[in-house]
Amino acid sequence: MLSRCMIGATVSLAIGAMANGAFAQDTVKIGLIVSMTGQQASTGKQIKAAVDLYMKEHGDSVAGKKIQVILRDSASIPDNTKRLAQELIVNDRVNIIAGFEITPAALVVAPLATEAKVVELVMAAGTSIITERSPYIVRTSFTLPQSSVIIADWAAKNSIKKVVTIVSDYAPGADAEKSFVGQFTGTGGQVAEQIKVPLANPDFAPFLQRAADAKPDAIFIFVPSGQGGTFMKQYAERGLDKAGIKLIGPGDVTDDDLLPGMGDAAIGTVTAHMYSADHPSAKNKAYVAAFEKANNFRPNFMSVGGYDGMNLIYEALKKTGGKADGDSLIAAMKGMSWESPRGPISIDPETRDIIQNIYIRKVENKNGQLYNVEFQTFEAVKDFGKIKK
Amino acid sequence: MLTILFDGIAYGMLLFVLACGLAVTLGLMNFINLAHGSFAMAGGYVTVVLVNRLGVPFLLSLPIAFLASAGIGFIFERTLYVHVYRKSHLDQVLFTIGLVFMSVAAVDYVMGSGQVFVQVPSAWQGKFDAFGVGIGRYRLLIIVICGLLTVALQFILAYTRFGSRLRAAVDDGRVARGLGINVNWIFALTFAFGSGLAGLGGALGAEILGLDPSFPLKFMIYFLIVVTVGGTSSITGPFLASLLLGIGDVAGKYYVPTLGSFVIYTIMIVVLVWRPQGLFSRATSR
Amino acid sequence: MTPPPIAVRTATEWLSARARWHPLEIVFWFAAFAAIYLFPARHLILTEIAWLGLFALSLDLILGYAGIISLGHAAFFGFGAYTAALLAKHEIIEEPVLALLISGCAAMALGFVTSFLVLRGSDLTRLMVTLGVALVLRELANRYGWLTGGADGLQGVSIKPVLGVFRFDMFGHTGYTYSLTVLFILFLVARRLVNSPFGLSLLSVKSNPLRSSAIGISVDARLVAIYTVAAGYAGIAGALLAQTTAFASLEVFSFDRSADLLLVLIIGGAGYLYGGLIGAIIFKFMQDYLSALTPQYWPFWIGLALVVIVLVGRDRITSWTTPIRLMAARLNWRALARRSAERL
Repeated sequence: MLSRCMIGATVSLAIGAMANGAFAQDTVKIGLIVSMTGQQASTGKQIKAAVDLYMKEHGDSVAGKKIQVILRDSASIPDNTKRLAQELIVNDRVNIIAGFEITPAALVVAPLATEAKVVELVMAAGTSIITERSPYIVRTSFTLPQSSVIIADWAAKNSIKKVVTIVSDYAPGADAEKSFVGQFTGTGGQVAEQIKVPLANPDFAPFLQRAADAKPDAIFIFVPSGQGGTFMKQYAERGLDKAGIKLIGPGDVTDDDLLPGMGDAAIGTVTAHMYSADHPSAKNKAYVAAFEKANNFRPNFMSVGGYDGMNLIYEALKKTGGKADGDSLIAAMKGMSWESPRGPISIDPETRDIIQNIYIRKVENKNGQLYNVEFQTFEAVKDFGKIKK
Repeated sequence: MLTILFDGIAYGMLLFVLACGLAVTLGLMNFINLAHGSFAMAGGYVTVVLVNRLGVPFLLSLPIAFLASAGIGFIFERTLYVHVYRKSHLDQVLFTIGLVFMSVAAVDYVMGSGQVFVQVPSAWQGKFDAFGVGIGRYRLLIIVICGLLTVALQFILAYTRFGSRLRAAVDDGRVARGLGINVNWIFALTFAFGSGLAGLGGALGAEILGLDPSFPLKFMIYFLIVVTVGGTSSITGPFLASLLLGIGDVAGKYYVPTLGSFVIYTIMIVVLVWRPQGLFSRATSR
Repeated sequence: MTPPPIAVRTATEWLSARARWHPLEIVFWFAAFAAIYLFPARHLILTEIAWLGLFALSLDLILGYAGIISLGHAAFFGFGAYTAALLAKHEIIEEPVLALLISGCAAMALGFVTSFLVLRGSDLTRLMVTLGVALVLRELANRYGWLTGGADGLQGVSIKPVLGVFRFDMFGHTGYTYSLTVLFILFLVARRLVNSPFGLSLLSVKSNPLRSSAIGISVDARLVAIYTVAAGYAGIAGALLAQTTAFASLEVFSFDRSADLLLVLIIGGAGYLYGGLIGAIIFKFMQDYLSALTPQYWPFWIGLALVVIVLVGRDRITSWTTPIRLMAARLNWRALARRSAERL
């Protein structure tokens, strides 16, 4: 309690100093808001681990500034996120707020980013509209239309005619469903049924049965990172894998984090996504090895969002020469491109969204472990959600 | 149609095994144990460790999960719960919610926050068709095990000496004491047994319900619904309630996916307002 | 909690001493308002404390004064929050104070309707029914996504300045002053209410419903009335949350919120109105401190606190206030007289 009061006092002093306009900062503070408890905890831990790894590899100072990450737990509750972001901006005077594993959390902070002119770095949430909500939002994860449109194209070309979609009932799910259905029916495919499952506490069995009764060639599935395991179990339990109904979707369902525990039912699932722990590049091999050494789990696509996010901050700081105000940073970040563990990526200068390769992958057993093995690449994919407008 | 019924029965059976311990604690000791799910989670994680890490056969791990949870339940009953029996319901609710929070964080610390799965032998995976009904092998296993358990429970309660003592303690603890029945001991054993059943349910259910540290919170509400709707004065009440809930839930999601769990909650409220003692409860003075 | 058996001569004295403003109460509110100027950097968390305190006050009204256990009080909180957020979003009523009142009335209406559900049954039945109501509302909010935004929460809410003058700023200055003022006014009302004959009859209902009805108190009507009022309070607390964050999500209905609320009230102690407020202060700072310290495992320590509180005994936990109460009693000679009367 005492230290809290002290912090309070120092902060008010700091604000006073800021008002005088003569405050030189030697540290660049990053407020990292992710959920370490609650429903999305696995995502939060992936991001945290990746951020730690990046800091360990690249040191904690760049362009003459010391980098300090302040971690806060949002407990997967958006209104918490808002308060935490506000406190980080107002009290801790962070230069960048980062994290945001769920769309509502990213959206609710957007007005703050605009008002405070602070960069909001989205490391995970994948709904298309997020970056439009504030000129200070930049994203290093992915958007669902990127993966969903690509998989729709692939499905149409690989003699899949009739599909049932199953998505979680929230914004990213709606995004995935909309972009998939639009693209798939546009190429002449048929969507027999569109099923939405509740976000929390899902039992997929009845929904799967309903999907199976429609006798489709494939099921298009989107569930948030962390729920893929339950889905896959029940898919196998229904015997749908044996009935010849394929499973396709964005890569969230075959999340690398859970894939090893999913069992053989997952084999053959075809997904489109931007990262697989199996991505055959030297950079990725090193990344996976270092990550697995530091943690006892495999990095998933959420982790690269965190890793690349940190890289984006470091590189932008180098470019601005250490200037860490929102306007200079966001200007430096626009158009930046680099080699990530997932392959070459860049930040779209117009939308501040990520441009990246989308890979078509199939789950295969490699040396006794399940991996998403990439077999086709679509290069430099922009967010389709914004192109169409 | 029949497939849905089958799934619903399996789901309901599983709920029953998970929740019947709670029914016993509530009915017997008039104790609101919201932490019941934590014991179920313990059983689930024991199975996961045994099967996945130590390579114990799945079927053998089930009784071990039962014993482990029962042991934990027994220790907790003797050291902690026993102090809370006489306190008000409010205290009991607070105490057990506290235990739930602790167990969630502790399991998160030890086992990680991701979902884990038991590697069920492939013989139990998949499904087969019998007379046009798609039957999941694993769900069949659940029905068989849970069905046997229910019969055994009913037998123990109705025909054994322990059962008659237990029923005596339920009906009137004071008189039972007066007749020389060691009610405290019966309480402890029953509590342990109920926790063990929850652990077994957790072990069996890990495959279907998924297992992660928030398990006790997620399913607490379902357990409570089973117990309050079924009433606590018998085993058959919660059993029928679980079946109703299981079938209703699965069928509801299949036929009207847009309604979700809304129906279940509404039914619960209506039943409770209509018959506060539970649907299948005989009128007791309690 | 029950009025001590005292001679008729002192009974009226006891009642008036009960209702009289205590010096410590004045200190408490003075400190709360002084915080506007003293801790400008902590206004965000103080705002949360203000609405949480109001929410806990509302639970205190039904738990501490009427003895109804509720695990679903978030139902009214959430209803108020969504009402306020929707009013602002669709620009139906733009002025926050008026919108606040309407949200409170909406929650009261809901409270009135559902109050008939908690009249019957045991503690467990009440727990489950209140919980069920909150769950049903949550499902409804999730289902009618076109209205509520579903699982994404209600986005794009912008709150107009209070009374058309004070804009909600990022630092939470307006938010805190506004929430505190609302809390204070509603507290005054609640204080008046529980010290009125109505409030006293509630206490008698709590301690013995049967005997109360025998002396001519209509138990059900009392319970319905207080439940409705408490629902209104909870709704206003929710509306404060929605207005100060310009957001509402399904979480407002969550079970965790109701459970946390019980904890808040228990830390502070039920049945004397300040319990909820003190509990809110302790709980929020504890949670804030712990979750900054161990972002991953803080629920463990909250849980441990609960278990310890119950094992040690709630009476003994709140007895830390005894020296303060004694000191307070010395300041207040009438109360002192009462205490000595008790000892006799």
